[in-house]
Amino acid sequence: MVLRVGIVGWGAYIPRYRVKVEEIARVWGYDPSVGAELGVYEKAVGGVDEDATTIGLEAALNAVKRAGIDPRRIGAVFFGSESKPYAVKPSATIIAEALGIVPDTMASDLEFACRAGSEGLRAAFGLVASGQIEYGLVVGADTAQANPGDVLEFTAASGGAAFVVGPARDAVAVLEGVYTYVTDTPDFWRREVSPYPVHGEAFTGEPAYFHHIESAVKGLMERLGLKPQDFDYVVFHQPNGRFPLRIAKRLGFTKEQVEPGLIAPYIGNTYNGSAFLGFARVLDIAKPGSRILVAPFGSGAGSDAYSFVVTDAIEEKRDRAPKVDDYIADKVYIDYAMYAKYRRLVLRYNM
Amino acid sequence: MAYRLSPARLWREKDSRYRLVGGMCRRCGRRFYPPRPVCPYCGSKSVERVELARQGVVETFAITYTVQEGFRDQAPIVYAIVKLDDGARVFAPLTDVEPEKVHTGMRVEAVVRRVRVDDDHGLIAYGIKFRPLRPAKSGQ
Amino acid sequence: MPGPVYIVGVGLTKVSRHFDKSLIDLFAEASLKALEEAGVEPRDLDAVVVGNMLANSLGSQDSLGALLATSIGARYKAAFHVKAACGSGGVAVYTGYSLVASGLADLVLVGGVEKMTDYPTPVITTALAQAGEAEYEVFYGASFAALNALMMRLYMEKYGVSRDEMSEWPVMMHANAEKNPYAQIRRRISREDVAKSRVVADPIRLLDSSPIGDGAAAVLLASENGLKKLGKKPDVLVEIAGVGLAVDTVELSNREELDAIPALRYAALQAYNMAGIEPKKLDVVEVHDAFTITGILSLEALGLAEKGKAAKLVAEGRFHPGDKPVANPSGGLKARGHPVGATGVYQVAEITMQLRGDFPGVKVEGAEYGLASNIGGDGSTITAIVLRRVR
Repeated sequence: MVLRVGIVGWGAYIPRYRVKVEEIARVWGYDPSVGAELGVYEKAVGGVDEDATTIGLEAALNAVKRAGIDPRRIGAVFFGSESKPYAVKPSATIIAEALGIVPDTMASDLEFACRAGSEGLRAAFGLVASGQIEYGLVVGADTAQANPGDVLEFTAASGGAAFVVGPARDAVAVLEGVYTYVTDTPDFWRREVSPYPVHGEAFTGEPAYFHHIESAVKGLMERLGLKPQDFDYVVFHQPNGRFPLRIAKRLGFTKEQVEPGLIAPYIGNTYNGSAFLGFARVLDIAKPGSRILVAPFGSGAGSDAYSFVVTDAIEEKRDRAPKVDDYIADKVYIDYAMYAKYRRLVLRYNM
Repeated sequence: MAYRLSPARLWREKDSRYRLVGGMCRRCGRRFYPPRPVCPYCGSKSVERVELARQGVVETFAITYTVQEGFRDQAPIVYAIVKLDDGARVFAPLTDVEPEKVHTGMRVEAVVRRVRVDDDHGLIAYGIKFRPLRPAKSGQ
Repeated sequence: MPGPVYIVGVGLTKVSRHFDKSLIDLFAEASLKALEEAGVEPRDLDAVVVGNMLANSLGSQDSLGALLATSIGARYKAAFHVKAACGSGGVAVYTGYSLVASGLADLVLVGGVEKMTDYPTPVITTALAQAGEAEYEVFYGASFAALNALMMRLYMEKYGVSRDEMSEWPVMMHANAEKNPYAQIRRRISREDVAKSRVVADPIRLLDSSPIGDGAAAVLLASENGLKKLGKKPDVLVEIAGVGLAVDTVELSNREELDAIPALRYAALQAYNMAGIEPKKLDVVEVHDAFTITGILSLEALGLAEKGKAAKLVAEGRFHPGDKPVANPSGGLKARGHPVGATGVYQVAEITMQLRGDFPGVKVEGAEYGLASNIGGDGSTITAIVLRRVR
């Protein structure tokens, strides 16, 4: 399959605040070793005035900067998140407005747990490939929610990444192929009025995360006739620091292929930002000619597997915006009380 | 007393709130924020709307502990007058900075953040704030 | 040249947390006192001008002209409400002056009244903040103290003024207010007390800030013809010798200068020119020190101190009782209190008493010229009113 599309620009954003897993464990009475067990030691926390839209916007600004295109040439804005500030009212229009992309564009918010953004990526590639739009902007961002005291709270983090998608001639990474695998698998959900998601604990592992990613990646490699050793980098969805290494091993990838795109140990699980930020971090360092496998996963459940080949154009675009590691390094620790305030776990009434 | 956010008002102001659109005087060349129909400096009626520079320096600031209703979660709020690189002055809060680290002359950049939220049911108002350049070591 | 306008009666309430008194109670107390001084019955008035800022936002009350004029029995008279944030009182006097000077009215009662203490501080802070620009300042939750703190920091940094030097202003205000029976705070403080008080909006501290209080003040204005209608002839006649009013952008960001109150320079110049005097003629001034910085910048804008020098001069002892001019012998907004929409009327009433020689607090002996300057917003609506002892 010849798609003639690719990534034209990438951008990351991670809020500056961090709370340590051991601090959360202290508050809720967990054994302090929980961080080591999860492979996550601290997580990124959005400030009091941040939400998935503002985080997505910062990432999108960086992506457009790297793409170096007039934003008005973008014909679609897709925003993938499961922490939308409004249940009804798109965030994509806010981002489009703030970037000066409106009004001559599509703009949609997508929902598919942690792979909503990846649905947007598939859609944008399709629109570019079919010639309906010249460029598309895809944003994945979350201020991931977790019930306080739930094991999910150790990892649920804030962050996002964005990609400008366009024709292969402009691309920093050309799309070689993509394969998606979805089923109805109730591993993780949030009802309309619930503030926090509920999950099937161990059920989120084998039948959900592992089965879907494994199937998607195998499906892609089969179609493209590629083997694990054909890839320089491989990026998976990262609900914690362990799962990506386990799925990699099972699929025959080495630790060295996974680690450059592994960010969960430093910032936690940013849901829709997770695999996207891992991919962005790989683009921050990848040399022309590198082949990258990217496999986001969303509960419910589904996984997409993409294969990209990096082009020469990447070198000049790399330094146009901050890198993922710049954001990882630029951090301020806060205690649980500040984290609780910032993430609105403490309800203040208007009295 | 404390009014709810008006949808029409937020909509009307979105260019200035999201993209830092201000005024530019065609006669004296000065830029200003918020935009006004007549140049506040020279009185010329020939003004146009332009996107202002997104970086500047803190000219003065106030670390505010006594805040209005609805702003307690953001306190202390550091309000600043920022002189943008194109000469326009903007009044806005600083964000992502420890108050004790703020100083006049500090370089800052514009970001869009939540400014006020009408409890659980109303609108979320986004607007311009400034933060120290971030990440500090990136080559932009 | 407009005809002469005299101040023939004044009335004040103590500024306080008058939990037991309503807006009408306060207005009536001050107004009836002013009328009583001149032996004028409410039905003899031609007009009532009310200065008020917060009755609408805090008290859910509009129609103040009618409400308050009829509350003292001035039914079927001309009456209306003038509003310019904390500058409402000064603009009310300016308006009353215009009515009399133009010949439209002979006897005009100007009453400033404010009822602030019915609600907790954050509610009052929110209401007061409306003096700022709604869409680009108040939108961000900016308190009034925050906006003034921006000016204070700039001033201190630019002119190398220390915290200690700034602190002398509130110290002087508290000392002056100690003798003023109408003052809200009658307690001496030290510079150290100021420097150690709670931070409201750094660098503004609690003791840099005027307190929240209720109060009312009234002045009765009369034309030459109006003098003939008075039941009691005043022993000393005080005239409004000059008035000035000037505005500046409500939003600080579009001002030329942030270390000054330029509109006060313009207002003062009008008033000086009209009165035919230079600033050095003034014996006493009541300036608008909502915050320490406002008082300091007012002295400079009035031409009483060079730019950047006022705080240092105050710290060195200038403008204290015995100097010329004396600044805020009442204790100013800082200590007499700042019932916002009434403040401008308090100032004019206090200067009137100084010129008459019957102010019950710190007296400025033999004063002939006095000035009251009142500020709405952080320097956006400003009145300057020069009073002169005629005989």
